[in-house]
Amino acid sequence: MLYQAIVFLPLLGAAVAGLLSVRQQHLPAEIVTVVGVCASFLLSCFAFYHVALLHNPVTIDVARWINSADFVANWSFRFDTLTAVMLIVVTSVSSCVHIYSIGYMHHDKARARFMSYLSLFTFAMLMLVTSDNLLQLFFGWEGVGVASYLLIGFWYHKPSAHKAAMKAFIVNRVGDFGFALGIFVIFYLFGSIEFDDIFSNASDFSNTSIVFLGFELPALEVAAILLFIGAMGKSAQLGLHTWLPDAMEGPTPVSALIHAATMVTAGVFLVCRLSPVIEYAPFALDVITVVGALTAIFAATIGMTQFDIKRVIAYSTCSQLGYMFFAAGVSAYPAAMFHLTTHAFFKALLFLGAGSVIHALSDEQDLRNMGGIWRKIPITYSLMWIGSLALAGFPFFAGYYSKDMILEAAWASHSFTGQMAFWLGCAAALLTAFYSWRLLIMAFHGKPRCSAEVFEHVHESPPIMILPLIPLAFGAIFAGWFGYQSFVGYDMSYFWGDSLFILPEHHAMEEAHHVAEWVKRLPVILAASGVGLAIIAYLIIPSLPARVVSMARPIHTLFFNKWFFDELYDLLFVRASVRFGRFLWVKGDKQTIDAFGPDGLSGLVLNGSNKLSKLQSGYVYHYAFAMMIGVVMLLSWYFSGFGR
Amino acid sequence: MEITLSHYLSVSAILFVFGVFGIFINRKNVITILMSIELILLSVNINMVAFSAFTGTISGQIFSLFILTVAAAEAAIGLAILVIYFRNRGSIAVEDINVMKG
Repeated sequence: MLYQAIVFLPLLGAAVAGLLSVRQQHLPAEIVTVVGVCASFLLSCFAFYHVALLHNPVTIDVARWINSADFVANWSFRFDTLTAVMLIVVTSVSSCVHIYSIGYMHHDKARARFMSYLSLFTFAMLMLVTSDNLLQLFFGWEGVGVASYLLIGFWYHKPSAHKAAMKAFIVNRVGDFGFALGIFVIFYLFGSIEFDDIFSNASDFSNTSIVFLGFELPALEVAAILLFIGAMGKSAQLGLHTWLPDAMEGPTPVSALIHAATMVTAGVFLVCRLSPVIEYAPFALDVITVVGALTAIFAATIGMTQFDIKRVIAYSTCSQLGYMFFAAGVSAYPAAMFHLTTHAFFKALLFLGAGSVIHALSDEQDLRNMGGIWRKIPITYSLMWIGSLALAGFPFFAGYYSKDMILEAAWASHSFTGQMAFWLGCAAALLTAFYSWRLLIMAFHGKPRCSAEVFEHVHESPPIMILPLIPLAFGAIFAGWFGYQSFVGYDMSYFWGDSLFILPEHHAMEEAHHVAEWVKRLPVILAASGVGLAIIAYLIIPSLPARVVSMARPIHTLFFNKWFFDELYDLLFVRASVRFGRFLWVKGDKQTIDAFGPDGLSGLVLNGSNKLSKLQSGYVYHYAFAMMIGVVMLLSWYFSGFGR
Repeated sequence: MEITLSHYLSVSAILFVFGVFGIFINRKNVITILMSIELILLSVNINMVAFSAFTGTISGQIFSLFILTVAAAEAAIGLAILVIYFRNRGSIAVEDINVMKG
């Protein structure tokens, strides 16, 4: 009963807040949602204690959902260590974001609706992580997609916001299509979508192949790659990443909760959850590694050049998700989950800190218009430092443990893709540190570049926006140190139990602890040099960036325009589909179906009756004339033929 | 020259055609229409009386008396309607009477 409450309390909060929002009852809505999510967090801690620490994984059946011939789908919850970890991450960050939103959205007229959406999202995310079969997972998966759409487009009167919301939804459809196909393949192979059935039989299918369009393809590889395409869409990996930076149009708490800490990590969660299947698909693992590694470096190069404070962090999120994926790709699922957890804390901290900065500067998001405010908002400043230190992976901060673990695992996998991932990951670590400090320095140091009145108005955020950052900051500092032994250390296999599966011949995880000393040191050295570079370039010699940019104009243009992905997609897909849609709308719908269907018929009737009504002139003598003509015709007909 | 039945019928037919044309060629006045209707009735009466005299039966003449009575009543009602109509709408010109126009 307590376990079900974890999932359903946020739903209850969302429903109540949604009803209250109709009457503009903001305060009760805020209280209901915050209490619901915080209660869910406390219960999650309880569940974590029982499931992960005392090792009592449970499966709870709630109801039968679909029962059609061979196909059975239940509403049921699966609580194992993987779920418990995700529960803690989701509910803790969500609680902080809920409380923070009370302060951040204080001036908004629809904040009850906002709180309702946030809770709805939390419910869908919990549904996703607790599900016991692929269909329920897909339900949560789509649920978070809807909540994300609603929240990105929360300020729907802004055209850019609802465009971004649509973009997020449509790009995710591409991934979800792959995900759905993946579920079909799984059902085709296993005859079931229950995780237990799939996992226990996965090894039997490692040599099975399916025939598609005359090609004979290895079945599990196909399933794994299709499911990974779904994960790519949700987790904004290279190719399907374009929606994530645009999603920053939503309010900042949304960016922190959905587009940094929880929803975008659903893809990583999916890959880890399906580790018993993916382990038997070596090619799919290579694909995951390569895509993850390329995303890590690619997003970092863009993050270096952007000027919108939230977009910089968004690209950083994209890059960190890449790390998690290549960790999963080299079979280091525990490292991926470890980084997911620590990343959730420090990235939510960074986003909420950025929100605090934006709030202080009267909704200014452009780094070029910031600067010189660190003395005025010292708490936010120090919290941003903590977040950046954790992100860059400085020793003894959370990111240090998890990111180094990932890089060591990539090195220790001894495969070509693993090596590639290691070197790209190291380069990305350098860039990560560089853009983090670029952001810090541009936002807080130097001369103030905002207008005088904005600068006068700069103020520390109210306590309700600072307090939720404190637990996140604790997470960003201590989560790595605290979780290291259980997540990836010597207690690893005991801690994870059966929830993660690694084939015995994949031992990147064990060997990661015994790599050469320089492999362990390299990421820290690179991070430190990234910070140094940023300090030199932006604090000591402020004219340097401009000179470097003018020297490397083509490369900077490429990075600054996000590798022209948006333009490419616009050219390849968007314009064609808009034209196709317009063709169907104008020619197909309006000029064919409507013209001959409803519009045509009603037009015909209207036209005909208009013409007929012209006959009704209203003049008596017209009627009389018509009568006489009639009589004459009747008589002539009578006399000419009728009589005979 | 002897006046035969066909002469009576010809006069009656001419009057009938006058009456009919009077109804729908007339564009001025509703009273004219009423008079035209009277004309049609009278032409029919002439027919009745002519046939009655020609066949030597009395019933045609009795019928014509009935028709005269009905025509008088009808004229009275028609004129009454016209008076009311004029009071309500201020005009009895035929052009203005097109309330039933579609």
